[in-house]
Amino acid sequence: MPCFEKTLPGLKSIFLLLLLMAFLMSSSVLASVPNPDEATVKAFLRPDLIPQPNHNRVTPERIELGKKLFFDPRLSGSNWISCASCHNPALAWQDGLKKPLGHNFKQLHRTTPTILNIVYLNRQFWDGRAVTMQEQALGPIENKDEMNQDLDELVKELKAIPGYVKLFNEAYPKDGVSKEAIAKAISSFERTIVSTDSEFDRWLKGAETKMTESAKRGFKLFTGKARCSICHSGFNFSDKGFHNIGLPGNTDEGRYAIKPVKVMKGAFKTPTLRDIALTAPYMHNGAFSTLTEVIEHYNSGGTKNLGNLDPNMQPLNLTKKEKAELLGFLLSLTGDAKEFVVPVLPVKPVNH
Amino acid sequence: MQINTIQKVVIACLFSIISLGINAAEYTVEQQEKQFVKDGKLIEKMTVSVGDTIHFKNQDPWFHNVFSLSDIKTFDLGSYPKGESKAVVFDKAGMAEVECAIHPQMFMEIEVK
Repeated sequence: MPCFEKTLPGLKSIFLLLLLMAFLMSSSVLASVPNPDEATVKAFLRPDLIPQPNHNRVTPERIELGKKLFFDPRLSGSNWISCASCHNPALAWQDGLKKPLGHNFKQLHRTTPTILNIVYLNRQFWDGRAVTMQEQALGPIENKDEMNQDLDELVKELKAIPGYVKLFNEAYPKDGVSKEAIAKAISSFERTIVSTDSEFDRWLKGAETKMTESAKRGFKLFTGKARCSICHSGFNFSDKGFHNIGLPGNTDEGRYAIKPVKVMKGAFKTPTLRDIALTAPYMHNGAFSTLTEVIEHYNSGGTKNLGNLDPNMQPLNLTKKEKAELLGFLLSLTGDAKEFVVPVLPVKPVNH
Repeated sequence: MQINTIQKVVIACLFSIISLGINAAEYTVEQQEKQFVKDGKLIEKMTVSVGDTIHFKNQDPWFHNVFSLSDIKTFDLGSYPKGESKAVVFDKAGMAEVECAIHPQMFMEIEVK
């Protein structure tokens, strides 16, 4: 590794430094952002409890079974693709691909949404076609382009693995090995995948934080001039809604296929912004690979596609400094990294 | 002055339209904090009579939509900003499900009797 020599500052640099200090002291750049008020804290603080449905209360056995199923490639027709192939815990529970790969390496036309915090949503998939997490869990398994597995066949395959039969009976004594229990177990596991504290959360709580003053000003822009929180609202930064954000050239009808109402043309679910720095590429079609591109897009106000544009979209006229502040805020939403241990899967007995 | 049968029918029709107009009620359902609200309270179901009108008023600082794809009433009020209100006359008996397409958690049932 090359060493760089330390140089003494010349007169010119000292002069520039003094000039910079004078500028900083005279402008508002040094003015610190006041701590968030009570209403803001209430609106953006992460809840302590994770919601769970009455018909599928979360138990350690259910989480364990769901975790194994989630990581088991035998859930696919090819026995090669698991849920975790696309929802990879090492990549913030998505795959980082603009065109995710499905069965037979088919390129899929929508990006893989992260599993993080889906427990707080009330519609799943980019177009919200599944209302419950259980319904969602079976979708990609059955989908011919994704995991291409016949569910009845899957139940047969799992029944032939004694380790699974035992786990199913412990977790779901009434259902046993069944489609219902597969969906319930996977969704139980997915309920545990929630975001951790970020620098932004620590600022909200009044704890010591590395969130910069610039990022704090970014939060003010986020909830004000930049209009982001109109849709990215609350602690999960999602209104659970659907919007056409005016991506140039988008031809995917999105939500309209599910709810044939004009305002849904080209509309997609508002995703969470938690861990957003880790989940590129962005948008349903992976149109942007950086958050700077995303900010530029929103700053432009978007372009009508499929004859539609969410009326909340409008040019923002953000300055270069404001864009940088907004970016700083988005980066402050990355939760503390958490190690994840992949499970050991039950094996099919082999006559060796 | 003699009144023939046709005139009688016309007069009867006019009377019935006027009486409908008098009897038909007007309600306001507001969209507030991404919820359907009536008289300051969250509303999930309401009952109206055939011919009644419901005004859907947006009280949120962002756009809302109101639509229904129900058998008795199909409508799409588009998306509209704070302070604006759009009216729907429920002219057939039955159940209507009314939603905001933008925010699917906004959902209510209207029973038309």
